[in-house]
Amino acid sequence: MTLPLFFFFVFSAITVASALMVIAARNPVHSVLFLILAFVNAAGLFMLAGAEFLALILIVVYVGAVAVLFLFVTMMLDVDFASLRQGMLQYAPIGVVVGVILLLELLMVAGSFVLAPEVTATAMVPIDPSMSNIKALGELLYTRYIFLFQGAGAVLLVAMIGAIVLTLRHKSGVKRQDVFHQTSRTRAEATELVKVKSGEGL
Amino acid sequence: MLAAAGLGLGHYLTVAAILFTLGVFGIFLNRKNIIIILMSVELILLSVNLNLVAFSAELGDLAGQVFALIILTVAAAEAAIGLAILVIFYRNRGSIAVEDVNQLKG
Repeated sequence: MTLPLFFFFVFSAITVASALMVIAARNPVHSVLFLILAFVNAAGLFMLAGAEFLALILIVVYVGAVAVLFLFVTMMLDVDFASLRQGMLQYAPIGVVVGVILLLELLMVAGSFVLAPEVTATAMVPIDPSMSNIKALGELLYTRYIFLFQGAGAVLLVAMIGAIVLTLRHKSGVKRQDVFHQTSRTRAEATELVKVKSGEGL
Repeated sequence: MLAAAGLGLGHYLTVAAILFTLGVFGIFLNRKNIIIILMSVELILLSVNLNLVAFSAELGDLAGQVFALIILTVAAAEAAIGLAILVIFYRNRGSIAVEDVNQLKG
């Protein structure tokens, strides 16, 4: 067994085991932590396949941003998670049936297809072994796939604005500074000159 | 590239198939808890990414890694929007059970 094969089995075993724990853990916080473990080990699998940039991006984006977001939301919501688990096994048998059929079909596809020998010659962007992965990916992303890249940026922008708009809450009755309103007041509307008769008051 | 290390495309496809199945099974198993359902969707997207990267390495084609990057972006956006909807739903109803999500029934 070669060293890469050994590491492949280690990473894939931990990934699958922690994915199982994600869906089976009693506590959702544990689920999130197992999700982080699954992502880190999947990054190891990416690294073995030579996708170094994607492996590190997976750790930065998923572990650093998405999983922490999940962790925040899970801990912020004051929900009785035990009640959400009731009737959990009611749909488990049909889930097992669907899952087993799906897995068998996927494995049949994965085990039986053959690549035509000429398919590697028709690669859209052949990998240049003399170039580092990140350099090759950057040169590709900023030239040929520039519109895809810009579109991904637009998707992220819309998602960010959408998340802010959805969760922003304006309380009524809170005094806020309104600079335009404050600076556009004139002396006439702000002050009043009152003639007070002596000895009487207002 | 993969074959030099004694690894085959089948290895990666098998792991991705198992991950995908676990994600689908998680949706069935935790059908009341929408947070776990979102995490299962993340697992499914991860397995798709694994497939793309494996094919990219096997065929020597960098385009697969570009598409995996785009899927990563979309998955991050999906998680952010999903969790935002979850938070405002919890604010309105005080619960995140999936069966309570029936306000659109009219």
